[in-house]
Amino acid sequence: MTKFTMNRRGLLKTVGAGLTTAVASPLVLTNRAYAQQFCNNPGDNDPIIGFNVPQTGTYAEEGLEQLKGYELAVKHINGEGDGGMINTMQPTALKGNGILGKRLRYVTGDTQTNTDAARDGARRMIERDGAVMVTGCVTTGEAVAQQALCHELGVIYMSGLTHGNDTTGKDKRRYGFRHFFQGYMSGVAIAPLLAEEYGRDRRAYHLTADYNWGWTQEESIMAATEALGWETVRAVRTPLGIGDYSQYLTPVLNSGADVLILNHYGHDMVNSLPQAVQFGMRDRMANGKQFEIIVPMFSELMAVGAGDAVKGIIGTQNWNWQLDDAGSRAFTQSYGAEYGEPPSQSAHTGYVQTLLYADAVERAGTFYPPEVIRALEDFEFDGLGNGPTLYRGSDHQCFKEVLVVRGNEAPTSRFDVLDVVGKTPREDVMYDPAIFGGELGPYEPNMC
Amino acid sequence: MFSLSRKDFTLLAVFSVIVMTMPIWLQPLGAAYPGLMQKFVIYAIFAIGFNILFGLTGYLSFGHAAFLGVGSYTAVWSFKLLSMDMIPALFFAVVFAGIFALFIGFFSLRRSGIYFSILTLAFAQMSYSLAYSVLTPITNGETGLLIARDDPRAIDTMLGVGQSASGMPMPSLIGIELGGYGGFYICALVLIACFFLSQKIFASPFGMALRGIKSNPTRMIYTGFNTKPYMLTAFVISGMFAGLAGGLLAVTDPIAGAERMQWTESGNLVLMTILGGVGTLLGPVIGAWVIKYCENIFSAINTQMLNGFFEFLPDGVQSVAVTVMSKFVGEGWHLTLGLVFVLIVVFLPGGLVEGAEKLRHRFRRRSDTYDLAADAQEKRT
Repeated sequence: MTKFTMNRRGLLKTVGAGLTTAVASPLVLTNRAYAQQFCNNPGDNDPIIGFNVPQTGTYAEEGLEQLKGYELAVKHINGEGDGGMINTMQPTALKGNGILGKRLRYVTGDTQTNTDAARDGARRMIERDGAVMVTGCVTTGEAVAQQALCHELGVIYMSGLTHGNDTTGKDKRRYGFRHFFQGYMSGVAIAPLLAEEYGRDRRAYHLTADYNWGWTQEESIMAATEALGWETVRAVRTPLGIGDYSQYLTPVLNSGADVLILNHYGHDMVNSLPQAVQFGMRDRMANGKQFEIIVPMFSELMAVGAGDAVKGIIGTQNWNWQLDDAGSRAFTQSYGAEYGEPPSQSAHTGYVQTLLYADAVERAGTFYPPEVIRALEDFEFDGLGNGPTLYRGSDHQCFKEVLVVRGNEAPTSRFDVLDVVGKTPREDVMYDPAIFGGELGPYEPNMC
Repeated sequence: MFSLSRKDFTLLAVFSVIVMTMPIWLQPLGAAYPGLMQKFVIYAIFAIGFNILFGLTGYLSFGHAAFLGVGSYTAVWSFKLLSMDMIPALFFAVVFAGIFALFIGFFSLRRSGIYFSILTLAFAQMSYSLAYSVLTPITNGETGLLIARDDPRAIDTMLGVGQSASGMPMPSLIGIELGGYGGFYICALVLIACFFLSQKIFASPFGMALRGIKSNPTRMIYTGFNTKPYMLTAFVISGMFAGLAGGLLAVTDPIAGAERMQWTESGNLVLMTILGGVGTLLGPVIGAWVIKYCENIFSAINTQMLNGFFEFLPDGVQSVAVTVMSKFVGEGWHLTLGLVFVLIVVFLPGGLVEGAEKLRHRFRRRSDTYDLAADAQEKRT
């Protein structure tokens, strides 16, 4: 090994020059930052928003649906197509000429159903592509991760499909907004129908996906059913992503329970529900009553995945394309014309979130986030498919009717899998934001 | 102590310049934004550490993501409990990852070959499950561990370092906030230090001993070496590198999620190292950059961009080109990565670094006699 004997001065010069260039370069590149008052101010350019959804991984299907909803929303905001729910939204400041007269553009990203990848994607959109708003997710993990990041960088985040209580509960943020409903509302909404259908004297057995969302839902449903007078026999946690639930289903049969509640979502539910039905649970009698299965949180894609097993099963939904109000009809119409199939609730929530953001900017008259946030907070609107809706300012959660649905016994097509059997009014699902704790944080943005 | 061979020194100098000038040369590649550059640098540290184990000893660990996760969680807890300064965060991240590696290594290293790999994989999956659900009070489960404005932060409170009125507290280095480019340059300096450390380890007697274990453990034992402590040291060092990388991930972006510990992340790390070149100094770094680039830039290309790219083609050809290409970019980027990986393993078992070597040799052979003469001259002296 030879010792280093190179001319020291020459070396210092080379390295020094290299370092100086390197250190100076970001200054040149970020010069733009000094001219703007907030992160990614579009100024005279077209505003850019980022759609960050899972396109690969466990929830890719739901993510791609959501992306379709987003793309349709951009078209309608820019005045292309038939305008969809812009025509039915009440009140609205949107005119179908972009946002503040400028054409809305977008970039997309793949969260891979992974919180780290979601943050990477969001940072790319904010730091490289100059996105003034980021939206999209299919899990609560993605939502919480992205909204925390966006809050740090001072960019508004409109979450997509997230049903866990934490998004607008314990982990809420000033810069994060949720249109989708959540576990607590599911519990409150489903309870009256359960009492009506299955009576007040039931013994329930929970199988719960063993992670944050599963627990919050289990807790909410348990509270709601116990308030009905039901008894909880046991609540068993199942690991995420297992294919075979037989070891968890066998004990149910001998537990003395007469209702099985599956707090599962996506693939977990697509596996667990058909297996429970194959176990003959729905043909059983227990405690002199018909044995029943409940899936509190439903989506069309899950219902399709579970096939025949879903027939007659009760659950809740955020929105369904079969609703008969003007907004839902307009949206289903233009979505069908664009993609040749009815939209799912994932596409709907993405579409609505984009419209709400665009409308808030239009009303605020600026993209400056604190003003847009104030415009969204406590905003009352109607005509977006869920009836009169409130974006509550104290936790950034939307309050609207919650649909109770049942698996269709005789579906006419593969889209006709869920029937709306009841609507729980908005007043009933309202709760005190203090029960979940958390803090929204300040309005003033950090510079990104 | 800090001396290097001339060759290594040149490599270190060139490497430092390449890393520090990233914001410039990544510009045309569309990757010159702090978020991604930080990832480039941090995953390079991760891969360098992994290479110390896998490259030198040949022991293929499938559980390194666990140490990355431990580092992240420790760093975020340090932000919550002690201070937003990065120094305690990184210190504890490295220490805790080291202790964790000592524990896992102690058990896993009782076996070699595939059994070792499976043991590390099992331990890592176990840690992932623990972080995802069982240890939720510590890890915050699926949602990930976040900092909050009202965390105690004992040292900061003691020193009276007040938090700013606006926004969330940001990790800092002695008062300098580490968002964006600041974070990148700090990480880059750490990477250069790590690269230097790995050069020293490669050139040291310790490194030679590890290589000896790789080529023939029995022979090493017969020559009077107790291989166990050497292996365990290598394992712990590489675990500490991973912890450092995890800590830096938290410094540049204060969140720690369980997905970081999943086996796919460990698998990615193995891919990075093999893609770049196992057992070479630069290989793992290059591999990490290629994979992170594909993951972030390739996956974001959509048909809208492809249409723009193929605009020069006639209409029919354009749509065909876009349809074909769109299968390989965007959501299909895994397919591209898989193809590249297969090609490299089949034709360049030594990774991209071997490819570069081969190219260099080919050019050498073609160069004129003067160079050959000079080469010969050099050899004689």
